[in-house]
Amino acid sequence: MFLYGVKRLIQGIVTVWFIATATFFAMHGVPGDPLMNDKAVQPEIRANLEARYGLDKPLAQQYWIYLKNMASGDFGISFTQQNREVNDIIREHFKVSATLGILAIVFAAFGGILWGALTALYRNRMPDIVIMFLVILGISVPGFVFAALGQLSVVEINDWLGFTLFPVAGWGTVQHMIVPSMVLGLGTMAFLTRLMRSSMLEIANSDFIRTARAKGLPVTRILRKHQLRNAILPVITVLGPSIAAITTGGFVVELVFAIPGLGRYFVQAVQQSDYTVIMGTTVFYGAFLVFMVIVVDVIYGLVDPRVRLE
Amino acid sequence: MSDIAEAPSPNVPEGAAGTGLDIRSLGQILYLGGIGVAALGALLWLLAQWNEGGAGEAVDASTGTITLSLGGEPPQLDSTRGTDAVSFNILGHTMEGLLRYDPDNRLEAGVAERWEKTGDTMVTFHLRPNARWSNGEPVTAHDFVFSWRKVLDPANASEYAFILYGLKNAEAINNGTMPVESLEVHALDDRTLEVHLERPVPYFDKLVAFATYNPISEAFYESREGRYAADAEDLLYNGPFTISSWVHGASIRLEKNPHYWDADNIRLNAIDYAYFTTDPNATINLFKDNKTALAGLVAENLDDALQRRWKIKRFSDGAVFFMEFNHREDRLTRNYHLRKAIQAVNDSPELVYRIIKLPGNLPGASLFPVWLKGVDGYFRQEYPLTDPLPDDELGRRHLATAMAELALSEPPTLVMLIGDSPTAKKQAEYYQNLYKQKLGIDIRIDAQIFKQRLAKMTAGDFDIVMAGWGPDYDDPMTFADLFASWNENNRGRFNNPELDEAVNVARSSSDPETRMDAMARVQQILFDEAAIVVNYERGSVYVSHPRLKGIVRRAVGTDPDYTRAWIE
Repeated sequence: MFLYGVKRLIQGIVTVWFIATATFFAMHGVPGDPLMNDKAVQPEIRANLEARYGLDKPLAQQYWIYLKNMASGDFGISFTQQNREVNDIIREHFKVSATLGILAIVFAAFGGILWGALTALYRNRMPDIVIMFLVILGISVPGFVFAALGQLSVVEINDWLGFTLFPVAGWGTVQHMIVPSMVLGLGTMAFLTRLMRSSMLEIANSDFIRTARAKGLPVTRILRKHQLRNAILPVITVLGPSIAAITTGGFVVELVFAIPGLGRYFVQAVQQSDYTVIMGTTVFYGAFLVFMVIVVDVIYGLVDPRVRLE
Repeated sequence: MSDIAEAPSPNVPEGAAGTGLDIRSLGQILYLGGIGVAALGALLWLLAQWNEGGAGEAVDASTGTITLSLGGEPPQLDSTRGTDAVSFNILGHTMEGLLRYDPDNRLEAGVAERWEKTGDTMVTFHLRPNARWSNGEPVTAHDFVFSWRKVLDPANASEYAFILYGLKNAEAINNGTMPVESLEVHALDDRTLEVHLERPVPYFDKLVAFATYNPISEAFYESREGRYAADAEDLLYNGPFTISSWVHGASIRLEKNPHYWDADNIRLNAIDYAYFTTDPNATINLFKDNKTALAGLVAENLDDALQRRWKIKRFSDGAVFFMEFNHREDRLTRNYHLRKAIQAVNDSPELVYRIIKLPGNLPGASLFPVWLKGVDGYFRQEYPLTDPLPDDELGRRHLATAMAELALSEPPTLVMLIGDSPTAKKQAEYYQNLYKQKLGIDIRIDAQIFKQRLAKMTAGDFDIVMAGWGPDYDDPMTFADLFASWNENNRGRFNNPELDEAVNVARSSSDPETRMDAMARVQQILFDEAAIVVNYERGSVYVSHPRLKGIVRRAVGTDPDYTRAWIE
């Protein structure tokens, strides 16, 4: 178990280093740089800027400096937010993205398990057909459509009520979180519903359920103790990557609802060629994803005794 | 819910829970759901402890507060290094230079109560005794000397350093060939600032109103140890408002500055920029919900605004958009007749009224927009540019000559470099269609995101590029030197000695008429040579809260400007 952990950790570090290196060279390979602006500047001003940011050095040297700083946990100062350290940006804004992401995943997980179980129980009957139709919508309609629709509905509801039930945009109070997290979790909820449904149906046909029924156990007990518990396993498996995906992928929702999350910085940094923020967020997100996958593997080993961690 | 009690349908597989499903198993599921709801509630409550805040209504007369949205986090509030509209907007509300623009866009006294010119190259500013920083200390002439030296210090790497190049020795200092102390700007005493110019700069008073010329207190700057302007408490303010709170990426709140010398004329108590968003739909939704006092309109939400019978206002934001040809040696567009052919079939009114279709935009003709002032009145009224109607026949004649000169057997294919905005794409597709139909020229559209487009523009990797220019100061000069051979922003490398000569006259002559005549020559050369084809002058449309009065929208300077606004 311990050895396994160490092995996975080393694998993780190599993965993150690879991500950092690939991003670094890809980023410098793309035309355009962070010092370019709408208004071109005289060569002497440009030279002053390059010297200030160390971009006048050869690329290999920049890479070496970058790796050294990264090893000591220093991602430098943003090019576009010129007075802010990348570490501060990640710290302040990841908190918001994580809050939003956790809420979304809680919403998605409970909804997915609930609807998935329901559809399995009512297989091929009205509730199943209706829910599965909604699930197909949920999976195929992109998030930005839900975000726009969600915001528009909030406006109409508030208009109709005559007071602000849910804020249209912004961040700060609990009311601000509800609609965006639901919008963000919708796609994952649809996906989990489908997963839960097929998992439930598969379990329903297995021998131990047959045995349980043969023993004369009440249906509700079979459902609760045997079927649901086993059917949830695959859902937990995908939950880890889903948490990472939702937390890192919330940028559209963050944009539409004016939420100060990290996702926005991540995307804007790429558009602005903000080298330090691109590197900082990519490495951070990379490490986060790797970490979540390891955590899920470990949890899986604990939940299911059949899995051996070697 | 009647089907719960029904017998299971025949196609439910053997062994599925459906066989004996009763009201209790539904109860189980609802029980699980109940736990879910409870857990969600508990989580929300926990989170509520973690995050706090929330914004008020668009206009709150009882507290004198207005709530607005902002295009994003201000990237740089150090006035020596700021370059972007959002930062300049916050600086415009919280800082003040020697001069500033009044609500009617005329220059008026700011920190300087009066100023006088001595000859062509010396200006003396007399500072008002009651101009104070937000810590109560007076704003002195030394604060200007410190800040201007900072702008020009190569180590500070200011992008807008060039706007100070009119000061004596400024350019040499910025190049690193002279020490910063050699800047010929002197604080004779706390209240007298003597400025020597490198050459006559007839529009120097207008430059001084620009944010890069703002003062900075040296003692305060040094006390922040490299963190100047990083946070609300890392700034000292001398303008109408101070920043009372700044949550990075989320909100900025301005409050009335009691130390401001003209505080009696500031009627708002607070401006709360509670939302940072560039999404026009989010802004308009906030406006509908009475959460922001002003919202810009775009083509997508204009109909909605019209249906709701909002009062839509328009203004010119000062920018001009044009197609710039590549005049480099190896390019087809270096050919005069090819450019003239494209110019001849151009139809700006059609583009503005039938393609872009947003009220506020004006069809373009000249590089010099209509709002620029000339000798006595408006420049364009004093020096009108005759822009002929589209002439397809003339266009085809020019194209035939061009093809003969270039030894082409059929009309060429040209690369048009554009940005990735919906408007740019719509516009490019319109031109693609227009030139194909009228001239048989094929246009290959090269849409690039911001930085990549800039990289290609700089490298000259285009035949035609869609570009635009916004003014820095209120003088035609802010446009006139754009296509001078030495200007880095002349991306197509247009090179015309006659134009260069006219620019030199316009920027150093002290006689207004000589200057404007020279500007008019620039205007005419650009048209005659078809160096560029002007598409439109950008206007903006917006809606604002009916009780909020006195918002100033303008092309040059702080925009939108709420410093003199009030709630009715």
